[in-house]
Amino acid sequence: MISVENIRDNFPILSQKVYGKSLIYLDNAATSQRPLSVIDFQESFSRECNANVHRAVHSLSGIATDLYESGREAVRSFLDAEYKEEIIFTSGTTASINLMAHSFVEAFCARGDVIVISQAEHHSNIVPWQMAALRTGIEVKVAPINRDGSIDLEELREILKDKRVKLLSITHISNVLGVVNPIQEIVKIAHNQGVKVLVDGAQGVVHSLISVRETDVDFYAFSGHKIYAPTGIGVLYGKRELLDIMPPFMGGGDMVDTVTFEKTIYAPLPLKFEAGTQNIAAVASLKPALEFAMQISDNDEFVNRERQIVEYVTKELNVIEGLTILGTATPKIPLFSFVIDGVHHEDVAQILDKMGVAVRSGLVCAEPLINSYGYTGIIRASFAPYNTLEEAQIFIKSLHRAISMLK
Amino acid sequence: MTLKEEEIAIVEEFAMFDEWLDKYEYLIDLGKNLPIIPEDSKSDDKLIKGCQSRVWLDSKFEDGKLFFQADSDAIITKGIIALLIRVYNGREPQEIIDSDFSFIEKIGLKDNLSPTRANGLVSMIQQIKLFANEYR
Repeated sequence: MISVENIRDNFPILSQKVYGKSLIYLDNAATSQRPLSVIDFQESFSRECNANVHRAVHSLSGIATDLYESGREAVRSFLDAEYKEEIIFTSGTTASINLMAHSFVEAFCARGDVIVISQAEHHSNIVPWQMAALRTGIEVKVAPINRDGSIDLEELREILKDKRVKLLSITHISNVLGVVNPIQEIVKIAHNQGVKVLVDGAQGVVHSLISVRETDVDFYAFSGHKIYAPTGIGVLYGKRELLDIMPPFMGGGDMVDTVTFEKTIYAPLPLKFEAGTQNIAAVASLKPALEFAMQISDNDEFVNRERQIVEYVTKELNVIEGLTILGTATPKIPLFSFVIDGVHHEDVAQILDKMGVAVRSGLVCAEPLINSYGYTGIIRASFAPYNTLEEAQIFIKSLHRAISMLK
Repeated sequence: MTLKEEEIAIVEEFAMFDEWLDKYEYLIDLGKNLPIIPEDSKSDDKLIKGCQSRVWLDSKFEDGKLFFQADSDAIITKGIIALLIRVYNGREPQEIIDSDFSFIEKIGLKDNLSPTRANGLVSMIQQIKLFANEYR
């Protein structure tokens, strides 16, 4: 059983020192650390199970295939999807959205049709659509957010009334604001207008359990490395009837049924979207990673501690003179982006680093959002379930010291 | 002092700090004392944009020597700029071409000059070198 007391025993990386200080890792929104169950699994996969999947008849390939497919089943169960073949493996959220920007657009959009994104998107939910627009003549429209970081639902409703809108691609939780978007309500609004919804769950999947069936989202994308799995693995969930219509994004091995020099018949879902040899060990390690995540989300201790950390850090940041938090709406995850009058974000991050506190600074891949608040960069501290309240206290103390050095 | 001697002097100054934070205190002081370049010199053609801090660099060539003025919106970057100016300002082009900027690494600030840091300093050094090459 993982508890708030013993969770850190699962993360050997957290016990190290940097510059002679205990490491306090608060860059979890960029990548989370991996528990022993995932580290050990990856090692034993390399030692005992490594082979290519799906085709060969030998024993090792059979084992690798079973583990690979058990990764798919773990994701299906985690997202509460109906069918296993609705789970497509990609290299990450970015690749999932790029797949959509090709295959969805090709299947469902004509020149002049519109894809709507929100103002709070990560670059990976902006650039693929801009590229699709250049390629296919679709248009990209931006739904605004309120100053507190919540989505402006009224404005969204208006924008979606345009009959040319075919897809709303929106973040579940922004990597800058940490505010949870009301996905169920957003999906209802979109579906009322006949608009499909893709949710960028890169941050959302970590902090907010999602049931794709309950919310009725059409597509959901996330990355393994933000939820205890290795880098280089991601997921695109899509409703079967939609994925069936969509053409493949990449051609190659494993995604075909029959190939002749004249014509190729594609494999059925999900392999149609998984051309080439996949990141097999990483797919398989989604199983221990998501099991770990489930244990945490089932445990009220962690929910309580997360709430404590949100309350404590919000309160402490608010008393710092000249400090502004971006994203104050609720519900909010323990992710805090802020700016301080007269103090540069890079300076703060560098000083904190020398105190052992790892935070992110800069534009954090959301330049349009940060610019819309009138800033050239922010400082971001993002907590994971293995971060303690004591670490939050050291972070606040270190921040005070950094500011006094810099001011 | 020659360029080389100035570099050695800086490395010796930094060797006195045992603590990382003391080193940064010193850089912050240097940054705060670096003369601010006038706003009209901070035009976009002198701006080196980065994801982190921005750097403005103004260079001129007079009497066979190169002169630099620079500024940044971040104070630690400004501190490093102050060191670079101390070493490279008023030098002949050949002196700059012959130098390898390795003193930054020797004082433990290599990370600040990593190309992936995207804070304008790397481009600043490249521009100093380019400028020196132009007038060699």
